[in-house]
Amino acid sequence: MDVPVEGQKEVLNRDFDSTLESVDIAEAAIFSAGEREGFDEDDLHKIGMAVRECMVNAVVHGNRYHENKHVHVQVTIGSNSLTVKIADQGEGFEPSDVPDPLAEENLLRHSGRGVFLIRAFMDEVHFRKLVPFGTEVTLVKKKAV
Amino acid sequence: MSIKLNTRQVGDVTVLDLAGRITLGEGSSTLRDALKELVAKGDKKILLNLGDVTYIDSSGIGELVSGFTTVTNQGGSLKLLGLNKRVKDLLQVTKLYTVFEAFEDEAEAVRSFA
Repeated sequence: MDVPVEGQKEVLNRDFDSTLESVDIAEAAIFSAGEREGFDEDDLHKIGMAVRECMVNAVVHGNRYHENKHVHVQVTIGSNSLTVKIADQGEGFEPSDVPDPLAEENLLRHSGRGVFLIRAFMDEVHFRKLVPFGTEVTLVKKKAV
Repeated sequence: MSIKLNTRQVGDVTVLDLAGRITLGEGSSTLRDALKELVAKGDKKILLNLGDVTYIDSSGIGELVSGFTTVTNQGGSLKLLGLNKRVKDLLQVTKLYTVFEAFEDEAEAVRSFA
């Protein structure tokens, strides 16, 4: 994970086990960090939801609940933004390969909405393949002015 | 808090009152099992009361959609009641608001199954 740039304050930097309990813990921790930084209730909900979807992808699809694999989470706060980086140790995936959940033929599919919701709820979302393995997702939420 | 669930009968409509969070894990599997049970019993008019649901993630949405298709494929109807703003927004952003019939008033929802 990156060293925070000047003007950014790191508020969380830790490894989580590949469990659903970690999803709840990370979501709550980042929600609290956003709350302390004065994000409004609506944005906090969106941040929490995007973090949950991202953590679920990392734990379930990336690390496949593997007990020896971890999810690394880093949260930094800037003057008017919150940045979350979530990295798994899985085989990686190509975001553009995820079918569009809004397409007529996919509308009634059971799954496949996570990445779409992450993009819908955050201001910036970046996916990066890690070497030798893993995926890092960067989520940015800007404070409403 | 995870999900809490209560089933009641209003005429020939089965109302499933849900409260709490419908998220991957216990929340979504409890809802899945409850809907499977109703379908297995032959219930064809199912109203999901989401009035006290505080949070739904993509897995919870998946269970609503699966429940809808399963009940519909059995010749029945599954409708929604009491969506709060966040759940409504979520269904709108995923375009599912056009798929589900949703009501604010229970009596009206029950009458719609007639």
